[in-house]
Amino acid sequence: MAALTEEQSLLKEQAKAWARDEASVAKFREMRDSGNEFGFDKATWASIGEMGWAGIVVPEEFGGVDMGYLTFGVVLEELGRQLTASPLLASGLVGATALVLGGSEDQKQAWLPKIADGTATVTLAVDEGPRHAPARTALAAEKTGSGYALRGHKLHVLEGMSADAFVVAARTSGSPGDSAGISLFLVEAGASGLSRQRLITADSRGYASVGFDGVEVASDALLGEVDRGAEVLDAILDRGRAGLAAEMLGTAAQSFDMTLDYLKNRVQFGQVIGSFQALGHRAAGLFTEMEMARSCVEAALQAIDDGSDDVAQLCSLAKCKAGDFLHHMSNELIQIHGGIGMTDEFDAGLYLKRARALEATFGNQAFHRDRYATLIGI
Amino acid sequence: MTDSRDELEDFRAEARAWLEQNFPKSLAGRGGAMMRSESIDESESEALDWAKRLGEKGWGTPTWPAEYGGGGLTQLQAQALHQEMDRARAFNPLIRTTGMGITMVGPTILEYGTEDQKQRHIPKICRGEVFWSLGYSEPNAGSDLASLSTRAEDVGDHWVVNGQKTWTSGADISDWCGVLVRTDFKAEKRDGISFLMIDMHQPGVETRPIRLIGGASPFCETFFNDARAEKNEMLGELNAGWTVGKRLLQHERASQTGATSGMGGGARRSLRDVAREYAGVDGDGRLADADLRSRLTAHMMDAKSHSLTLARVTAEARGSAKVSAAASILKNAASLVAQQRAELIVEMMGHNGLGWEGEGFSPEELDAVRAWLSGKAMSIYGGSAEIQNNIIAKNILGLPENTQRG
Ligand SMILES: Cc1cc2nc3c(=O)[nH]c(=O)nc-3n(C[C@H](O)[C@H](O)[C@H](O)COP(=O)(O)OP(=O)(O)OC[C@H]3O[C@@H](n4cnc5c(N)ncnc54)[C@H](O)[C@@H]3O)c2cc1C
Repeated sequence: MAALTEEQSLLKEQAKAWARDEASVAKFREMRDSGNEFGFDKATWASIGEMGWAGIVVPEEFGGVDMGYLTFGVVLEELGRQLTASPLLASGLVGATALVLGGSEDQKQAWLPKIADGTATVTLAVDEGPRHAPARTALAAEKTGSGYALRGHKLHVLEGMSADAFVVAARTSGSPGDSAGISLFLVEAGASGLSRQRLITADSRGYASVGFDGVEVASDALLGEVDRGAEVLDAILDRGRAGLAAEMLGTAAQSFDMTLDYLKNRVQFGQVIGSFQALGHRAAGLFTEMEMARSCVEAALQAIDDGSDDVAQLCSLAKCKAGDFLHHMSNELIQIHGGIGMTDEFDAGLYLKRARALEATFGNQAFHRDRYATLIGI
Repeated sequence: MTDSRDELEDFRAEARAWLEQNFPKSLAGRGGAMMRSESIDESESEALDWAKRLGEKGWGTPTWPAEYGGGGLTQLQAQALHQEMDRARAFNPLIRTTGMGITMVGPTILEYGTEDQKQRHIPKICRGEVFWSLGYSEPNAGSDLASLSTRAEDVGDHWVVNGQKTWTSGADISDWCGVLVRTDFKAEKRDGISFLMIDMHQPGVETRPIRLIGGASPFCETFFNDARAEKNEMLGELNAGWTVGKRLLQHERASQTGATSGMGGGARRSLRDVAREYAGVDGDGRLADADLRSRLTAHMMDAKSHSLTLARVTAEARGSAKVSAAASILKNAASLVAQQRAELIVEMMGHNGLGWEGEGFSPEELDAVRAWLSGKAMSIYGGSAEIQNNIIAKNILGLPENTQRG
């Protein structure tokens, strides 16, 4: 499948070295302990902007480098290894994708260059309850003389505290549960009637609950066609899911490496604990899961780049298999480290907490098994 | 044991009446939350009062001999008491406020202690006046506990203790610590260990709390620097500490079998209710998430088979107070079930199941994330899941010991 190109391999090395040296898990811990309201360090994000990573899927005419999703995945995987916190996925991947796939020429002109260089962030506001359910969109967009008025709320919006604009899924017809009747709107954070509240979560990232109390937008705030937003929303979400899967793979791979290292170094009963077959076989099993998950993640990203017709299916596969592996791996990370694994001083807990948040975002494993079943017709 | 049905029913009526009179109704069902902390908040005067009355009655330690302050009840009477406590949604705070006193140290003192040790230590545990910690693990002696190196030297009229313990739960707030020390360096690893009871209020003892992934810091590094232990504080014979210590571990495992009767007070909502609220139901009243439904059902079946096994083991063991090897099986089953449950709750609650603090999350949600995180330790402490499996393979199944030691 996806053997990396020379360019991608170079980028992978660059991202790995940068994350390790400049945005390591120690830095994430510092950010967490500082009580940072945005859930990421501004300087870290500025460096990411300078390196151009937020423009990886932005077309060149709008200031990006247009290198595709597999390339983006390569970077996200490396940042996932260090739990590097930033709006790269929420804005550089999801926000940019929304504009590329659904934005008007004017919207693209206005936002893509700023997304690409990291000077502005745009995030997707889709879910309204704690569990991912895009079709259940209830937030109402009512037609006014000059546009629409938005009323309702969005929960757990990724990087919602720092975002400059939101791509909001709203209902223009039908009722919650219907895919038809959903429209997407691009709403600036400063719009009157829009309020946001920080949600403090176990993974210490920047989530917000966003309220829309009769937020007035003009007709040109529509992103794509009215009532027909579900299809493009699904495509945006799928790209987000593939990106998340890459990040999850990195988070899990790092957990695997930490565990393997411990198996080779921790001595009990006069031997390294990795010499106990009970543990050796578990490591071998996890390695097997990791290799299989990697194939799924790369295939999904490649399929997006190739414009294949099985993108949805592969994205659900990738999100689910990377999620299963990360879930299992993060538990084993703790268990195999014994007492040390339970301490906050050690990093295992940070990975465990991040793991569950990544699993829940844009559909957990159960969501994607169900979706996969539907897509393959069983 | 020998209770006739009538006598047992008489006792049940007595227990019910006593609870009626002494257990404050305002505390009913609050056990869940209260049992998660090691001490009762000073402002909770009713809870403090309840703990005191329970201790004076000896019913926090119902089966311990009355002469040392226990309840002096038979197993069947104790069971009836627990059932009545569950009915009244009462709970036993002493299980937490004595640290490891009731679950582990007390039973071991009763079994191995001298008369003098029983008289000095047991009544205080029964009344909930003392907090016990346990100093077994060391940085290099976890699963391989027998390789411990904290040492005690005989200096004539007392022992001098030096070394470091780690992961000592509650060491910083404990009054006493049961410590495994090396007293003979020439003997085989397991034959040179003794069990000392050390007074924690002395200059030679230092503790450094370690924060856990769930945020709280109930465990510590514990340093002994020329700490003093009296001669009459050795539990069991000199160099017989491994036997004493292992026995205590059996009590620890027995307390981790998932038998929660009389402890929790049933404050938590059922899984079914949580699932229905978060995942929703379809037109036929089934959970809308079919995948979750089947995994939740598998879990509930596991939980049921665990509790049936627990009941069967209890029935079979009735009459003999012996802690059997079956406790090892139950410990792994109990931690598996509890960890599964916590994972499912967090999953069902979606992003709300990962709330940490502040607005936007219900107390139940904030509780769920902590229960999930702290529950990860269940398969690590008291002999890890792997070590339990080694014990089952070796001691119960009779498989040869190779590298699978422990
Ligand atoms: C919350 C908490 C509270 C605790 N409270 C106390 C306390 O109050 N007092 C106290 O003394 N200790 C306490 N402990 C320590 C606990 O008993 C040890 O953590 C436990 O014995 C494991 O030791 P370790 O952490 O050194 O892990 P290790 O022994 O280093 O084990 C690391 C991993 O290797 C596995 N392993 C080791 N040997 C084998 C083998 N032969 N075969 C297969 N797998 C193996 C283990 O199962 C584990 O997964 C507590 C621990 C926790 C997490």
